[in-house]
Amino acid sequence: MSWKKPVKTLAASLALAVGFTITPASGKELGYPEKEELTFGFIKLTDMAPIAIAYEKGFFEDEGLYVTIEAQANWKVLLDGVIDGRLDGAHMLAGQPIAATMGFGTKADIITPFSMDLNGNGITVSNAIWEEMKPNIPKMEDGRPVHPIKADALKPVVEKYKADGKPFNMGMVFPVSTHNYELRYWLAAGGIHPGFYAPHKGDTSGQIDADALLSVTPPPQMPATLEAGTIYGYCVGEPWNQQAVFKDIGVPVVTDYEIWKDNPEKVFGITREFAEKYPNTTVRVTRALIRAAMWLDENNNANRPEAVKILSQSNYVGADYDVIANSMTGTFEYEKGDKREVPDFNVFFRYNATYPYYSDAIWYLTQMRRWGQISEDKPDQWYKDLAAKVYRPDIYAAAAKSLIEEELATADQFPDFETEDGFRNPQTHFIDGIVYNGQKPNEYIEKFAIGLKSGQKL
Amino acid sequence: MNTTTVNAEKISGFKLPQLSELLTGALVSSAIRLVALPLAGILAFLLLWSITAQNIDTSLGKFPGPAAVMEQFNALYDEHQRSREKEQAFYERQEKRNAERVAKDPSYEPRIRAYTGKETFLDQIITSLVTVMSGFLLAVAIAIPLGIAIGLSKPLNNAINPIIQVFKPVSPLAWLPLVTMVVSALYATPDPVVAKSFLVSLITVTLCCLWPMVINTAVGVAGIDKDLVNVSKVLRLPALRHVQKIVLPASVPMIFTGMRLSLGVAWMVLIAAEMLAQNPGLGKFVWDEFQNGSSNSLARIMAAVLVIGVIGFLLDRGMLTLQKLVSWDKSANQ
Repeated sequence: MSWKKPVKTLAASLALAVGFTITPASGKELGYPEKEELTFGFIKLTDMAPIAIAYEKGFFEDEGLYVTIEAQANWKVLLDGVIDGRLDGAHMLAGQPIAATMGFGTKADIITPFSMDLNGNGITVSNAIWEEMKPNIPKMEDGRPVHPIKADALKPVVEKYKADGKPFNMGMVFPVSTHNYELRYWLAAGGIHPGFYAPHKGDTSGQIDADALLSVTPPPQMPATLEAGTIYGYCVGEPWNQQAVFKDIGVPVVTDYEIWKDNPEKVFGITREFAEKYPNTTVRVTRALIRAAMWLDENNNANRPEAVKILSQSNYVGADYDVIANSMTGTFEYEKGDKREVPDFNVFFRYNATYPYYSDAIWYLTQMRRWGQISEDKPDQWYKDLAAKVYRPDIYAAAAKSLIEEELATADQFPDFETEDGFRNPQTHFIDGIVYNGQKPNEYIEKFAIGLKSGQKL
Repeated sequence: MNTTTVNAEKISGFKLPQLSELLTGALVSSAIRLVALPLAGILAFLLLWSITAQNIDTSLGKFPGPAAVMEQFNALYDEHQRSREKEQAFYERQEKRNAERVAKDPSYEPRIRAYTGKETFLDQIITSLVTVMSGFLLAVAIAIPLGIAIGLSKPLNNAINPIIQVFKPVSPLAWLPLVTMVVSALYATPDPVVAKSFLVSLITVTLCCLWPMVINTAVGVAGIDKDLVNVSKVLRLPALRHVQKIVLPASVPMIFTGMRLSLGVAWMVLIAAEMLAQNPGLGKFVWDEFQNGSSNSLARIMAAVLVIGVIGFLLDRGMLTLQKLVSWDKSANQ
């Protein structure tokens, strides 16, 4: 609040500290930040951790940045905040900068120099749906269900609802959210049609031809909405799947790690204008975030308990320590009591998690095309050009190199910037066994049984 | 002599105890009325609350009883203290960093940036209070002159009345999206004097608490005793003096009734607006806690609810006292 500033400034000048020198963390080549006071937005989810850690561990301050971190009500408010300048940057859904640049939803030039994490989501169904699904799931010797659970087990349930004339409602967090695409991917892989979008006809509800009707609910409200019976299941980030287990209102059936192993998740989004106007600030923010991500994965997740403690503060995620720790410390609890090891449930730095790969952006674009958010065919080059407009490995590389120079990181922790072309090798670990090659988006889209194919238009 | 004394003693002995009895009787009855009964009411409420709370199971645990809420009050206060310590450390680190930078680059003019940590519960209370008072005062500044003008002029009244009648019943929160968009569009300075969120809350509050004041002022002004108006006419008072000497003093009770109503509306609207728009203040605190869904959340929300209630009550009392002070009509009551 600005009206407080004079009072605080006064208090600060009274509290004069005796100055003694500490080793500067800021490099000589990299200039001072052009803008020092920044406000970043986030949604109450564990994958906002790099921002909280960069603040709490002083990485932002090491860069000469004074950052205020504000929780936002939902993804739309957050995006608008970044666009209208109320926020300087934010924890974003990977699809948001891409869709904004493309002009689906709000049109604005948003870029990302930093990918925030891999994995971290889950799909939860209500207890009642779980009881109906259970008979369709094979069991292990000890009686627990075999994972990963495919949507095949849900299909008869959805069909029964359809036959009874009841809509099968499910929740996701935003039309261009990872969760929307993951839920759709999982459903479609099990033969359940999640519905098409037709933006050129003004249809942005995404329910054309749908077996399961997907609608938007902000992440922290998911458990409450499920409890109220408005939706029968949802796809959301942590801790809101584990919260359902703790509250005894639902059962997470599958994690995104099982739908697509090591899938890219959130990104850190800023406007292109911000990056152009404040280049030093942009690189410094990226540096702080890289250091935070490194800290989060350091020594085989040794810092995670401390991170959980920070995230459970009411100004960050705010859920109970135990709920957050369940997924942040290498495990995931499915049905109550069925806690399994998922060491990579939340990856913040390993496997080049923070490097903004073009191929990650292109995967999101293929899903937008698959579900009709991109209503017409586009050539492969179009996908690549758009990805290159939004994902900015150049800024990331500048930040990483200066960290290496200052010995805050080593070169082997990053991709080889000389040879890196921004495309991951074809990825294979999808729940339906389809291989994704970011170099050939159109070929990829053709492989799906459910979804728009080339030449198709609604 | 003897007998008279005896008589006097008898009389005094007979009368005095009766007086003191009367006095203590009055004291006891007023003590019962002012202290014991409210206390009994509060105790009964706490008991009822406690019992009901134990029987409500939510998915976040039991509904918080008085003890749990008290505990959270303490926790919130501790958090506030800790946050102040962090703030201190923040400024000290900043001083160091500034000194260091000046040493390297003498041309640099060190600046102190405001603490970037979270707002504590106490900070949120202050934010809400400042916002509600600012919005309310702005509304007063608009509503009273407008109300007087409408009250004095029949044609103006006829012109403006339909607008007032249409806007008055609009749910306060329906204004919020409009205000948010307009403020965002018009208030686009790179270095704002006040935060946008503050402005949005303030304008929403103003828009909603305007109407009771306009209407009450207008009614008060229009209903001035004809004799007074005639006096003014006989004395040929100029318009401004007429307002100053006749209209204002005569309509003060109504104006203050309107202000009191408005302040009540303002406080309710502000909390709702803060919840919906996530603007800093008690409303945001409530919504954040709801979103957190931690095992303490319900107790913390209940703590905030009590604080909101007490502040609303105190604001109303404050206005009532003010009303009694400035008004010749001492009959204004609860």
